[in-house]
Amino acid sequence: MEMIIGILLVFMIIGSIICLETKDLLSAIIAIVPVGYFSGIIFLLLGAPDIAITQMVVEVLSLIILIRATIRRDLTTIEEERDFFGLITTFAFIFVFFIFGIEAMKNLPSFGTPSFTLNPSSPSNRYLLNGLKETGAANVVSAIILDYRGYDTLGEATILFTSILGALAILRVYARKRSKNE
Amino acid sequence: MNEEKGMSLIVKTVTRWLKGFIFLFGAYIVVFGHLSPGGGFPGGVVFAATFILLTLAFGREYALKKIGKILASELDSLGAILFLLIATLGIYFGGIFFSNFIEKNHPTGNFNLFSAGIIPLCQISIGIKVGASLFMIFIILAVIRVVFEDGKGKLITTEKKDKK
Amino acid sequence: MIYYLCFVLFLIGLYGVCCKKNVVKIILGLWVMEYSVNLFLILLGYRKNGIAPILKKGEDIVEFSQKAVDPLPQALVLTSIVIGLGVLALMVTVAIRLYQRYGTFDITEMKKLKG
Repeated sequence: MEMIIGILLVFMIIGSIICLETKDLLSAIIAIVPVGYFSGIIFLLLGAPDIAITQMVVEVLSLIILIRATIRRDLTTIEEERDFFGLITTFAFIFVFFIFGIEAMKNLPSFGTPSFTLNPSSPSNRYLLNGLKETGAANVVSAIILDYRGYDTLGEATILFTSILGALAILRVYARKRSKNE
Repeated sequence: MNEEKGMSLIVKTVTRWLKGFIFLFGAYIVVFGHLSPGGGFPGGVVFAATFILLTLAFGREYALKKIGKILASELDSLGAILFLLIATLGIYFGGIFFSNFIEKNHPTGNFNLFSAGIIPLCQISIGIKVGASLFMIFIILAVIRVVFEDGKGKLITTEKKDKK
Repeated sequence: MIYYLCFVLFLIGLYGVCCKKNVVKIILGLWVMEYSVNLFLILLGYRKNGIAPILKKGEDIVEFSQKAVDPLPQALVLTSIVIGLGVLALMVTVAIRLYQRYGTFDITEMKKLKG
């Protein structure tokens, strides 16, 4: 199981490097798709089916949105020059970040024993044992997002609403300019 | 212009057959959210995918006739208001915001469709909201014509849809 | 070991945001970071030979709670994925606005042109 997940993660890393380095805009957008697709397969292997469904469909929708909104007839390739000073500074920073991250991850429990098994009074134990009795739902994840942690769902609905409002407000200025000039 | 009318005949025929099934699958994921994997969020995204498929296959006029921009934004607000209404009714019946006030120990027992209190109702309202929101994003970004000025002060319209 | 690979994916996304000069590449770098963070949260909750946290009819609850994976990160990541799509839409809107204001997607050109 670990080996399969490791191999898929290596494919994701290769895909993301190709995505960020290629010169063709359409190839860059298409190269982001294996990252999302293998991520969805890993979710399925890890025992999270609702998230696998969500991830697959969201990834297809994001591909459609990116292609429809950024590919134009007159802009298909990217010409850029390298800025060496910025590149070296960024690599140094990323290297330092990497070292700190490795040190921090040594304190995590090993892969396969989540922290709620080591601590019997954690909330996940309570949700698993009392989920059916207190809420009546067989799907414990649904019981969590709508009964135990309903405020988070309310916040999510608000964020989605606000982001649509923001997108509409940014693009609406054009219509008013057009009607003012005609 | 051929690309105004959508895609080829094969795509249009297959879409015409399949759109009902895809919509039904999205509704199944939403309504059975408390018994099998799924819930409001994946089901809402599948709803939006149905309408986006219609837009891509038939062209923008057909899809905007079926579910226009104003209807999508009204459904979005309707989903949000329904969710808040169910949560506020929790205060009236149960004393706390968001309390699960419908009777949980139903005579027909657990593992049925009509169990789990307010959870299926909330799932349906979230499904409507997420579906309408994502369809509105798609319409705003990829279908609406945009006007801008060039350097000399003249107005140019640009088509947002450039298929290769 | 798997946590390290996930962290490398996050750092690749960070490199994309910091070093690239095209607005679309910056958006793609942010999207890669988003995938890696969601994956990391689910990786934390995995139990060896565990099953999904969905009860079947007539199953013993105590035995179920000994075998199931952690349901709490799944609930949080579920909303995070859909929010990520909304934020992506907002970023693409800003990119379209920039293109039609300056005529290019290159951020060094945008610094040279006056407003």
